[in-house]
Amino acid sequence: MAMLRPAGDFDRSYEQDMALLRQPWHYWLLGIGLLAAFTLPLWGDAYLVATANQIAYTVIAVQGLNILTGYTGQISLSQAAFMLVGGYASALLVIHAGLSFFIALPLAALAAGAIGLIFGLASLRVKGFYLAFATLAAQFIIPWLSRHTFKEYLGGTNGAIEVPLPQLGGVNFGEVSNYFYISLFVLLITTILMFNISRTRLGRAFVSVRDNDLAAELLGVNLFTYKLRAFFIAAMLAGVAGAIKAHSQRGVGTEFGYSLNESIIFLGMLVIGGLGTNLGPFLGVAFIILMEDFSDLLGGVLAAAFPELADQLLTSFRPIFFGVALMLFLIYEPRGLAHRWQLVRAGWRLRPFAR
Amino acid sequence: MNPKDILKVEGVSLSFGGTTVLDRVDFDVQTGEIRAIIGPNGAGKTSMLNCISGFYRPQQGRLLFEGEHDLTGAKRVAQLGIARTFQNIGLYTYLSALDNLMAARHIHMRQNMVASALYWGFARKEEARHRAVVEELIDFLEIQHIRKMMVGALPYGLRKRVELGRALALEPKLLLLDEPMAGMNTEEKEDMARFILDIHIRRGVTIILVEHDMTLVMDIADRIVVLDFGTKIADGRPEEIGRDPEVIRAYLGQAS
Ligand SMILES: Nc1ncnc2c1ncn2[C@@H]1O[C@H](COP(=O)(O)OP(=O)(O)OP(=O)(O)O)[C@@H](O)[C@H]1O
Ligand SMILES: [Mg+2]
Repeated sequence: MAMLRPAGDFDRSYEQDMALLRQPWHYWLLGIGLLAAFTLPLWGDAYLVATANQIAYTVIAVQGLNILTGYTGQISLSQAAFMLVGGYASALLVIHAGLSFFIALPLAALAAGAIGLIFGLASLRVKGFYLAFATLAAQFIIPWLSRHTFKEYLGGTNGAIEVPLPQLGGVNFGEVSNYFYISLFVLLITTILMFNISRTRLGRAFVSVRDNDLAAELLGVNLFTYKLRAFFIAAMLAGVAGAIKAHSQRGVGTEFGYSLNESIIFLGMLVIGGLGTNLGPFLGVAFIILMEDFSDLLGGVLAAAFPELADQLLTSFRPIFFGVALMLFLIYEPRGLAHRWQLVRAGWRLRPFAR
Repeated sequence: MNPKDILKVEGVSLSFGGTTVLDRVDFDVQTGEIRAIIGPNGAGKTSMLNCISGFYRPQQGRLLFEGEHDLTGAKRVAQLGIARTFQNIGLYTYLSALDNLMAARHIHMRQNMVASALYWGFARKEEARHRAVVEELIDFLEIQHIRKMMVGALPYGLRKRVELGRALALEPKLLLLDEPMAGMNTEEKEDMARFILDIHIRRGVTIILVEHDMTLVMDIADRIVVLDFGTKIADGRPEEIGRDPEVIRAYLGQAS
């Protein structure tokens, strides 16, 4: 079905056939989506913009995980730890080296990528189940180091340091409606990179490692170095997301999360959105974050109604909803929301002949 | 050493734990021929291909490629010009037929990680150039209609054909085919035989063919090696193999 295209749709060159935007409606959809995103601070309230901001930088972290777990098939439970590296790196570069946030951001990405390489070198020697455990090492060691070493820089057992706002012209990035544009702009760039990777030599090598590592090796793909590349890209994007999050929250450290719990939720987002698809991170992250907000809302209402149970009610809905949603997806739609969307689209394309 | 030998297998022995899978097997493959390996189930045919493609490391013996490269446990056989298909299909399930073939262009492409991610000038031109090579193969194998379909969803016969295409996309000098016609109906087998002969004649690729169907092998192979329980029991031209008492015994023994 994927090959069906409207009649009269012919390409005149391979480059044209390889282009991402090929139909008028592709341009329309993209235009409307971009317009909605960029005007969000004009029509959305502060809550909506803050949520969109959180979604934007979380999508970047999950895009990184998607390269490693979705495309290359290497499970990782340490994405949140590499966000922590990026957050600290960017904060320290701004505070102590006096760099602009906009210069510190790519450097933070490289720092997280480099730390990722070190852990990747150690953990990628094992496969599957064992790899998941090996990546736990990073998720335990990095947050521990942040609390117990270089205390004057990293905040020690407080688990937090203050992070300054980005400076650019006279813009006040303390307003989330302004900060949102930073997240959105970076997300736009990472998304373009994701689409490029998935349709070129690099992306095909990643998927061949995932789908059949024996065949990939016989066809000249070096398994270890490609897994390492995936690990590097994943950690780099985690670093970018961590830096954006740190400056947005004006603080970084274990007090702000970056826990194993978050790493697991990232995996859940990816599964629900659709592993190995470029749409997946967007759908999965939006789904989970909106569900979390709804859980908090519901918890608040019920807590007001039953004050004696308030403590439990306020905190229990997030994990319960997450667990149930993940289970339902694994059973009924293991390929995620992105696959559902494809089926809907294929159905439209076949109209009026469908069913 | 015969200069025409593309591959020379010398005294190869392979065992797992206590079981001997290959026992001092010798044979050679000449440039430009179709060399068949036949034998009853479990004779060690697939294991032999695994040794040639560096996936199994024999305990004894040598595998000499083009007189100079020892393939024993070799990791980079693709770079030497050796490609193969698998008995139970080793495609990349979630990629389209087109991308499976493109993936096999890996070693012929130069773009690095950054170029791929940016997809600027060089990478874009390189993708288009290799796409043209792959499209030529797609035309040759008559799989235009399925090029954008995920291979996991294709029927068995077509998947076998895509896998052949992927091996060819590597532009190998030596092609190893492990039962390319197993599980096919007569018509599909004839198509496959035609493709194999075309690859051999028009593209000049040397082929090692493992196949069960005796009549087919007799028709298209130049020379045949017969394995039985890991030892070579015969080696020669099809008409010699057809009347070799050892071979007849091995095959009749299996049938009874
Ligand atoms: N990795 C392995 N570990 C243990 N035994 C193996 C291994 N690979 C092959 N064998 C054994 O070696 C013998 C030969 O197997 P092989 O697959 O090479 O046979 P074959 O000639 O290809 O048979 P078929 O016609 O069924 O494909 C079998 O007895 C098999 O069980
Ligand atoms: Mg076999």
